[in-house]
Amino acid sequence: MKYAYYPGCSSESSARDQHSSSMAVAKALGIEFVEIEGWTCCGATPGHQTDRVLAASLPAANLVLAQDMGLDIVVNCAACYSRLKMANYEVLNQPDMREKVGDALGSDYDGSVKVRHLVEILLEDYGLENLKTRLSHSLDGIKIASYYGCLLVRPHEVTNFDDPENPTSMDNLISAMGAESLDWPSKTDCCGNSLSLTTKSDLVVSLSDSIIGMAQAAGADCIAVACPLCQVNLDLRQIDIKKQTGRQYNMPILYITQLIGLCLGLSTEALGLNKLVIAPSNIINAVKTAA
Amino acid sequence: MTIRIKKGQTGKSILNTVIEMSGVDLSLCYQCKKCSCGCTVSNHAKSPPSEIIRRLQLGAGNELLDNDLIWSCVSCETCYARCPMGIDMVSVMDALRRMAIERKAAIPEGNVPLFNSAFLKTVKFFGRTYDLGLMAIYKIGTSSYVQDADKLPLIFMKKKIAILPSWSANRKTVKRIFKKASHGK
Ligand code: SF4
Ligand code: SF4
Repeated sequence: MKYAYYPGCSSESSARDQHSSSMAVAKALGIEFVEIEGWTCCGATPGHQTDRVLAASLPAANLVLAQDMGLDIVVNCAACYSRLKMANYEVLNQPDMREKVGDALGSDYDGSVKVRHLVEILLEDYGLENLKTRLSHSLDGIKIASYYGCLLVRPHEVTNFDDPENPTSMDNLISAMGAESLDWPSKTDCCGNSLSLTTKSDLVVSLSDSIIGMAQAAGADCIAVACPLCQVNLDLRQIDIKKQTGRQYNMPILYITQLIGLCLGLSTEALGLNKLVIAPSNIINAVKTAA
Repeated sequence: MTIRIKKGQTGKSILNTVIEMSGVDLSLCYQCKKCSCGCTVSNHAKSPPSEIIRRLQLGAGNELLDNDLIWSCVSCETCYARCPMGIDMVSVMDALRRMAIERKAAIPEGNVPLFNSAFLKTVKFFGRTYDLGLMAIYKIGTSSYVQDADKLPLIFMKKKIAILPSWSANRKTVKRIFKKASHGK
């Protein structure tokens, strides 16, 4: 199993831990991730808010690089995933866009490179049963709320990821690890990260507050995420939530790859668990050897 | 809800421009309001998404560009995902944001346009985002050094920010894209 790996800009700053845990998990499972040489930013939200051609061409530049490698792309970040898939969708469904993107890139791109999220690869290509046989440790006794956020699942005709209203991919991975995956209502709510660095942060605090509050009410010991923007927002904003509302959650926000890594017996350093703002000691202490 | 549009205040309708920029057929909206029920920020903005569409259908003019949903919208795609008529509200909001900047509508608190342009500047220059550069441009632009400053030591300690920018080997393509796209200045 071999994929063209698109790290995304966060992999070099706020989400180094997602990057390192994904690499470590892939290596332990024998999946090969080849970093796309010369990858560039997908444009994210500022891209699509600014210009349609820019929004489609920035991701397409990376799709072309993967096409040359002859591999499917694997992405960690839900926002990058959504932008790369949207570029394919627009190139395939809007003939004028294919022309404009081709003009911006200097070469035609046909929209055919497959874009996959790491979670999809684990479930669809590697397979849950196969994964289970590799897990040396278990998270038995731990309750986990899986948080998918917006851009993995929406819009469905573009991302085609799981069920847009009640996704269960991460829940299946969590059950495979022996933990209890919780049924809770905020799975696909938005944490508002796109406004996070602007001065509208009050709004973002209130959105994060409601998501973490829901997880806590459901009895979660931690929240599992698959997106660096969700992670940094839910983790770091707990400081602001406390300041603004007095509520102190202490809810660890872990990447799904960090949880899988723990069950593969990988070290907390390799998984970057020390990078989390809310320390996940309750989870690390609960890891036991699988029966 | 009753929507009142005062005569004489609307000026020229912006409906056709929005349709042209977004590629979305707004006549398909029959005001079921599913988009508004699911909207992440409808509690925090004066108008929900279905109202924006109704106002456009009724011939609203430039004054709609001052609506606070335009800059509160978090592009979460819930409206688009749930609309029974497949209306891509996200592209409509993108078009309204672009028009608001072009027509110099009031930019409300939060200054998203400045953030977006700071973000894209670093992408244009390095081929990738550079958080520190981005923050410097944006914070100087809004003089909001204090906001989030309390978390900076923690962000550095946890190495959640890159001290040096990462240069992509493919910057040439990115520069070309910016040159070709009309609004990515
Ligand atoms: S969900 Fe669609 S049809 Fe219903 S009000 Fe919103 S835009 Fe109109
Ligand atoms: S994309 Fe914007 S308008 Fe649509 S539901 Fe999300 S916040 Fe509301």
